Amino acid sequence: MSAQSYPTSWKRPAQIVKDPRWRIALQVGIVIYLILAISTIDVNWTRVYEGLERGQRFIMGFLQPDFTSRWRDISQGLVESLTMTLTSTVVGVAISIPIGIGAARNIAPGWIYAICRSIIAVSRALQEIIIAIFLVAMFGFGPFAGFLTLSFATIGFIAKLLADDIEEIDATQVEAIRSTGASWWQVVNYAVQPQVMPRLIGLSLYRLDINFRESAVIGIVGAGGIGATLNTAIDRYEYDSAGAILLIVIAIVMVAEYGSSYLRKFLQ
Amino acid sequence: MLELKNLSKTYKTGDTALSDVTLSIPKGQILGLIGPSGAGKSTLIRCINRLVEPSSGKVMLGDVDLAQLGKADLRRQRRRIGMIFQEYSLVERLTVMENVLSGRLGYVPFWRSFFRKYPAADVQRAYQLLDRVGLLDHADKRADALSGGQRQRVGIARALAQEPELLLVDEPTASLDPKTSRQIMRLLTEICAERGLPAIVNIHDVPLAQQFMQRIVGLRAGAVVFDGSPAALTQGALTQIYGEEDWNAMRNGDLEQADAEEDAKNRLAELVQ
Repeated sequence: MSAQSYPTSWKRPAQIVKDPRWRIALQVGIVIYLILAISTIDVNWTRVYEGLERGQRFIMGFLQPDFTSRWRDISQGLVESLTMTLTSTVVGVAISIPIGIGAARNIAPGWIYAICRSIIAVSRALQEIIIAIFLVAMFGFGPFAGFLTLSFATIGFIAKLLADDIEEIDATQVEAIRSTGASWWQVVNYAVQPQVMPRLIGLSLYRLDINFRESAVIGIVGAGGIGATLNTAIDRYEYDSAGAILLIVIAIVMVAEYGSSYLRKFLQ
Repeated sequence: MLELKNLSKTYKTGDTALSDVTLSIPKGQILGLIGPSGAGKSTLIRCINRLVEPSSGKVMLGDVDLAQLGKADLRRQRRRIGMIFQEYSLVERLTVMENVLSGRLGYVPFWRSFFRKYPAADVQRAYQLLDRVGLLDHADKRADALSGGQRQRVGIARALAQEPELLLVDEPTASLDPKTSRQIMRLLTEICAERGLPAIVNIHDVPLAQQFMQRIVGLRAGAVVFDGSPAALTQGALTQIYGEEDWNAMRNGDLEQADAEEDAKNRLAELVQ
């Protein structure tokens, strides 16, 4: 065949919707839906105009953060948040490890697997704020509710990722340890733990800085910590103090982020 | 020493991996198991220590039928059977010493293994075994810092740490280069001879099997089709095991490879001069 007889143009074949009529109908449909949806949003423009002024004061407060006049409240909130973060991460991870091992299909029997996976599913389905509201109602305002909230949320996160990691380990190493006559606990200790340990430590550090960020959010619904201080400052229209708090939170999150990524790199 | 009686294995998918295998291995004998891939070699040795559950038949190790054991008894009997793997199967992030000591797991309680507080005799024996396989200086290294040949030596030391009465060896040289393969096979056969250990060695390299094995069993589609000395392994027998086409292709491949190696060696020699 001569070179001339090969086609000179090529179009990528349709991958998902094969029929061109359906494709066009789908695209038109999406555009119409978007237009209709946007037109139902009711914007009160006078309210937006008034709000702009408030927003401006907020931003001005940010630009002139006031660390000093509410420093006592701020430092107390910070200490509360950091305590909450650390304790909830430690407790959460400690509870997650057995649940994570139980939720790994390759090493746990069927009924334990089912129980552990459902615990994880419940923990992941409920958002932190919802749990916080519930626990504040149960245990009253303050950091204890926050501590419980974050521990509970940590379980869903760490146990799931640990279980998924255990399911992907090298099975021949497990086989080799089993063939020596090792018991189940010894297999976990010798063949599973060494394979997942670096990732478990990495995940725990990652969860530590997620928990700190979350502690600022759940404080707003009454679970103590720096979030509560922030909420009070905004309620009092003290945007300069609120700005100071936000800056401190950002700084701490950044330090935690760099610290944990450095540590994780070191562990590999 | 080891007797397999009418051993069969059918997987859940309906594939028959072993059908009615009967074999008897006396003390001190090194048996090479050859056959095309998918013939059931791996299944056969895994049925012995029940990493794979046999469907029917008996596995007699001494007076014990391994196929009938409950969980706890099975663990106790597994201590008597050392296993060596194709990809070494060392725990990569543990030290060489921990890998060797893991051969003692069946003998020590959990707390001892957890805190790495093994009895003095076990530790001494582990050092002795590392010395035997030539890795005494590497005891504190992590297993993933070793080369392939060194890892397989650690695998051998781990199996011997069990003080086994039988060795199961699954393709010990498949991941190694030809020279290291021969060293490992020599080490294995020497160790078996020293201790009078019987061994079943899965091996796909026929010349290597003929060189090192005392007895060869050919497996095809889950059934024994050859059982005899390496000398009796004629072209006819090999054709029966591997099928005509495959065996000719394999032999030609081996010849070609040998020629190529020879050629490369000569060229190198010329270059040196």
